[in-house]
Amino acid sequence: MSLKALDYETLNENVKNCQYAVRGELYLRASELQKEGKKIIFTNVGNPHALGQKPLTFPRQVVALCQAPFLLDNPNVGMIFPADAIARAKHYLSLTSGGLGAYSDSRGLPGVRKEVAEFIQRRDGYPSDPELIFLTDGASKGVMQILNCIIRDQKDGILVPVPQYPLYSATISLLGGTLVPYYLEETDNWGLDVNNLRQSVAQARSQGITVRAMVIINPGNPTGQCLSEANLREILKFCCDERLVLLGDEVYQQNIYQDERPFISSKKVLMDMGEPLSKEVQLISFHTVSKGYWGECGQRGGYFEMTNIPPRTVEEIYKVASIALSPNVSAQIFMGLMVSPPKPGDISYDQFVRESKGILESLRRRARIMTDGFNSCKNVVCNFTEGAMYSFPQIKLPPKAIQAAKQAGKVPDVFYCLKLLEATGISTVPGSGFGQKEGVFHLRTTILPAEEEMPEIMESFKKFNDEFMSQYGDNFGYSRM
Amino acid sequence: MRRFVIGQAKNLIDQTRQARHKSLRLLSLLAASDSAPVLSSPHLFSSSSDMSGSGSDSSSSSLPVTLDSLNPKVLKCEYAVRGEIVNIAQKLQEDLKINKDAYPFDEIIYCNIGNPQSLGQQPITFFREVLALCSHTALLDESATHGLFSSDSIDRAWKILDQIPGKATGAYSHSQGIKGLRDAIAAGIEARDGFPADPNDIFMTDGASPGVHMMMQLLISSEKDGILCPIPQYPLYSASIALHGGSLVPYYLDEASGWGLEISELKKQLQDARSKGITVRALVVINPGNPTGQVLAEENQREIVDFCKKEGLVLLADEVYQENVYVPDKKFHSFKKVARSMGYGEKDVCLVSFQSISKGYYGECGKRGGYMEITGFTSDVRAQIYKLASVNLCSNISGQILASLVMSPPKPGDDSYDSYIAEKEGILSSLAKRAKTLEEALNKLEGVTCNRAEGAMYLFPCINLPQKAIAAAEAAKTSPDAFYCKRLLNATGIVVVPGSGFRQVPGTWHFRCTILPQEDKIPAIVNRLTEFHKSFMDEFRN
Repeated sequence: MSLKALDYETLNENVKNCQYAVRGELYLRASELQKEGKKIIFTNVGNPHALGQKPLTFPRQVVALCQAPFLLDNPNVGMIFPADAIARAKHYLSLTSGGLGAYSDSRGLPGVRKEVAEFIQRRDGYPSDPELIFLTDGASKGVMQILNCIIRDQKDGILVPVPQYPLYSATISLLGGTLVPYYLEETDNWGLDVNNLRQSVAQARSQGITVRAMVIINPGNPTGQCLSEANLREILKFCCDERLVLLGDEVYQQNIYQDERPFISSKKVLMDMGEPLSKEVQLISFHTVSKGYWGECGQRGGYFEMTNIPPRTVEEIYKVASIALSPNVSAQIFMGLMVSPPKPGDISYDQFVRESKGILESLRRRARIMTDGFNSCKNVVCNFTEGAMYSFPQIKLPPKAIQAAKQAGKVPDVFYCLKLLEATGISTVPGSGFGQKEGVFHLRTTILPAEEEMPEIMESFKKFNDEFMSQYGDNFGYSRM
Repeated sequence: MRRFVIGQAKNLIDQTRQARHKSLRLLSLLAASDSAPVLSSPHLFSSSSDMSGSGSDSSSSSLPVTLDSLNPKVLKCEYAVRGEIVNIAQKLQEDLKINKDAYPFDEIIYCNIGNPQSLGQQPITFFREVLALCSHTALLDESATHGLFSSDSIDRAWKILDQIPGKATGAYSHSQGIKGLRDAIAAGIEARDGFPADPNDIFMTDGASPGVHMMMQLLISSEKDGILCPIPQYPLYSASIALHGGSLVPYYLDEASGWGLEISELKKQLQDARSKGITVRALVVINPGNPTGQVLAEENQREIVDFCKKEGLVLLADEVYQENVYVPDKKFHSFKKVARSMGYGEKDVCLVSFQSISKGYYGECGKRGGYMEITGFTSDVRAQIYKLASVNLCSNISGQILASLVMSPPKPGDDSYDSYIAEKEGILSSLAKRAKTLEEALNKLEGVTCNRAEGAMYLFPCINLPQKAIAAAEAAKTSPDAFYCKRLLNATGIVVVPGSGFRQVPGTWHFRCTILPQEDKIPAIVNRLTEFHKSFMDEFRN
């Protein structure tokens, strides 16, 4: 009997249908080319350390001590670890019941969750309950857990921004739900118009979809826009009126590159709005150690905070978390350190601030360099990266290019990005991986390559683009204005 | 339940021949401006030409995330290892801090969960040395480091870092895990089995559990898809099957023959399920068993492999306790080795083997590390598994490093070898001793029989509960074994898991107790348990 056990045909359709372009075709091709010896610049994923960003020193010292507690007993430990790192390691070990190697509470170490709550309180000015904070193996796991609770079947719809980070589309697909898109306005700096929301919901409902939740990514991914307070108020009111749970993906809250719209958490705005909204709107907020200026992607550390979720629902979410036993403890310590970093007066404070500022200021500069670089190309329009880690330029492809793409059996932006990859080694993600309007093409790249390499990268891109346009363009005819 | 629109959408996709971007391409289409009209897809609702924006519709949405509007699969699933009894225990523990004298015990002893380091087991020094060096690579540049770390741990850290692009342990890795680490694991598998392993068959996960979930996701499309599971079983399987909407097809292990696995039982249950219209997709085997601890005989394993091959089932081999074997007459053989030694290759059997860093003698539960080795799958299926793994980007790097260390530990001649072996054997011999001590103690209790723990970390005694106790349990609206366990907890502070959490032959009662408390605590545990049991039987004896 031939292998009928797991034939492709009998696989779960939801699995087959789900897509995750960030590590899809372009990435796989780039990896192949890398194996063949080509120099690849991976700008497909927000992975700062892979592009040379150094980890912050203090957290690594603390975690190293936690990994090997026998070091703390060594009289010479003070020679290579600063006293505050030693003290902090002892502190976090005391919060565990057996060190890094023991399963913690399925929601995460109570002591760390308390620190997260204190951070949220300092940030927003409103109290936060550690019992409503769950630590997870990365924010993505948290998103999946929550969506798994919400989505019952195909008729449950989740409002997702377009363009979006494809974790959402992939997860909704896997869970058998329906993605209800709302389009961000590229010409208005990727702004969110509540009328678009209303329209999307109305249409979904008219097709029998029960819209259950709304996702906002603030700052946006791939678009980078920071939502204004007014916008957030509108959104919260909308969620209240339409009885949607708001899923606030705020993993980039530390990555802000302009001063007009600083980050304000959805929770703060909700609380500011007072009752009845502050007691009624259901909100789940996500954060991570992977982004910001920490960039500790490989640790897989994140949390979500629940607001106005009924206790019995919280219990069910806890139950599902317990099946996975516990989030990894090292990452929980990273999270604790992130929310309670060195303070003025601490031995490691100056170094910590220097390192952090260095990273953030450089990111701000790189956001500018990249945006300007893209905009200097005739057929490219690029909104400024207000936040997050990406640049999402619109590439206006001429009809001949679109033809050629069709003939090659590729979506036009995939075609473009593959050619870009082969010519320059720059590995991006085609805009179709995030969703975009019909006939409009983008690519997503990160602003993470080292600052000193940026000018060369942008040169390289420009050269390729010019050549591409001379091959396929006729006087730079545009595919769409 | 497919809607007609799926057919339409599929046609559109086929037309454009862009199979890879199915649902997301739909995402990019707005109105009917392309060659064929786009209607709503099952996965994406896009705007249709009908713009009746009045919004009023039948489904008056109640508060979005309440118990009645949660995914019913979530409501259905259960996980007793951290269930009701544990919640009670935690409350007791809190109360103990302030009301010491109110209780006949002074501490809660958690024997509910295989979490060795929470009960005093020490991590393997060499492993932690390597992890610390990889956590803070600047240490490798400090001269003082050589006084604090063994030389081979320094060498290994360098070796590992060289396998990580840019030595960046904080970066997302390849979604299957860092290649060099997978190479080490593959080499370790080959050394263990005598048959080669391909690093491309290895998918590293945050513990073994996520790998199990991935396979269930792949295999289960509806409740018509069944997965054969041992009874008693580790409730990850029942929970995962429930979460993915499938059907658990039970096969009973035979308590009277040391929890033996009979092929006749497998066949019977398989036919039974099929006659009910269930497509059985896979067979789960936990070896060594959890909660039952039995180690399968090689002959048995061969029968199982043949059974799966004949019936077209995926063999899901949970082998996380492979390093925990306590009896001289049994030995662990991986199913991969067994299959290969039968002459079966890639084309013959679909096999997924799970391993974890949480158990063995390393007990690194909190690090969340593990892998599955998948063999016998076609490349298009593997691509789907890869895709699933990629949505979560990668497993945590520290866990990956540890998994590679577990599969390629210090060798004779290495600087750390002697101390490593001493630590390993110390832990394993102690576990064997504790298993024996507790087993003997349990067998002395009235109405209790306990099979020996051949492996794993648990004892699963059978309690012959008197009728009076069963009646009392019913009156308290709780299952008899949960009733017993709650009484045990309240009298002694010992936390165990009722057998019903693992399922058992109806009408039999068990509980699962770990063998993990440190040796010096065992006598007290035995005494308290014995005393409690006696008074329980005095109360409820028929």
